[in-house]
Amino acid sequence: MEYKDYYKILGVSRDASQDEIKRAYRKLARKFHPDVSKEPDAEVRFKEVNEANEVLKDPEKRAQYDALGSGWSAGDEFRPPPGAGAHRREYDFSPEDAARFSDFFSSIFGGMGGGMGGGMGGGMGGKSGFRGAGMDEGMFRQRGADQTARIQISLEDAYHGASRQLKLDVPEIDRDGRVTMRTRTLKVRIPAGVVEGQQIRLAGQGGPGRGGDNGDLYLQIELLPHPLYRAEGRDLHLNLPVAPWEAALGATVPVPTLGGTVTLKIPAGSQSTQRLRLRGRGLPGKTPGDAYVQLQIVNPPADSDDAKAAYRELSQRFDHFNPRSKLGV
Amino acid sequence: MPTSNNGIEGVVLDERMAVSITEMTSVCGIEVEVVRMMVSEGVLHPRGAAPEQWSFSGTEVQRARRALRLQRDLELNLAGAALALDLLEEIDRLRSRVRCLEQHLGSVRDADGS
Repeated sequence: MEYKDYYKILGVSRDASQDEIKRAYRKLARKFHPDVSKEPDAEVRFKEVNEANEVLKDPEKRAQYDALGSGWSAGDEFRPPPGAGAHRREYDFSPEDAARFSDFFSSIFGGMGGGMGGGMGGGMGGKSGFRGAGMDEGMFRQRGADQTARIQISLEDAYHGASRQLKLDVPEIDRDGRVTMRTRTLKVRIPAGVVEGQQIRLAGQGGPGRGGDNGDLYLQIELLPHPLYRAEGRDLHLNLPVAPWEAALGATVPVPTLGGTVTLKIPAGSQSTQRLRLRGRGLPGKTPGDAYVQLQIVNPPADSDDAKAAYRELSQRFDHFNPRSKLGV
Repeated sequence: MPTSNNGIEGVVLDERMAVSITEMTSVCGIEVEVVRMMVSEGVLHPRGAAPEQWSFSGTEVQRARRALRLQRDLELNLAGAALALDLLEEIDRLRSRVRCLEQHLGSVRDADGS
């Protein structure tokens, strides 16, 4: 496993005071919190920062970590020093916490259940800070951790619904009460009408419980950019190119929507950037969204004598037309 | 949980979902008192007058979980988490607005002017 330089992760020196560590942690936690940050690697960074803080904020754990020596660099192949077990102190962590920590962390501070060993893994009392639904003092019922995974889908899939195969890294508790990661494949149905940022709750599909229920899995929807449409909540926006005479004289033209092609009546005297609303043609839902069609007048190219003549004639016929009259020029 | 050839069917946390205060406590792993505090702080806006009649939508469940994470991870008090939540939601709305508007802008070319 890789050595982790917790001081480097928090950006502090090895002799930093507890106050400096706290300040550095708070700042980075705000920066990389997955609910706050838009950094692509926010989740990974937040995990690292939390783990570093877990160790460095506690003078006892910090001393144990420092005892590994300062000769290491981040990423060095690390093996726990032999015999360390005799002196080392192990800690108990909830499955939610244990799943957040790296192998490196567990090798120094123990995994979940304090590394009781002997296949029992038992004897864990009511430690504070556990998010334990139905956890009784001295008893051994621990609800599994909730998990959140992001899932990217196309607008078409959001509109019609889809099935997706997911690969998830899930923590598993072995017989010694240690947490290991396993890749789990899961096929889920995404119902029609999901929107950006929405979550789907899969009850009992999260982290495994110990005597208690499994945690839940939450899938957070991210919509992939679409070449034609932009989604804003349930509403869809589309640019519709029209010919100058269609806009001027009015026309009935085909418009693509996620539900199929519809015909749209363009009123006579329309201008570029004017928007037309197609009610209920957005993403489906309790109140379906609307589709907004923005007109974009496209001029035919003046690439032949004939085309040029047509434009010249247009300019002669509209002798007094000044498109810039509102600008005062 | 219904399972078919199409995979496991989850529950979308949207406006159509209606959750009681008891369900809210079990989904979020919190006490009734915490839900009450979130309501009085204005983090959650249930339908129904008395707590026994409260009904929360799926978006409220998502809000509650987000508020709890912010409180726990950033050591915020409830009022601070409520403020962060409001601002984050506003940022999400603005981001999606900006994305929409950006696509409306055409390409830029340097022009000759005198």
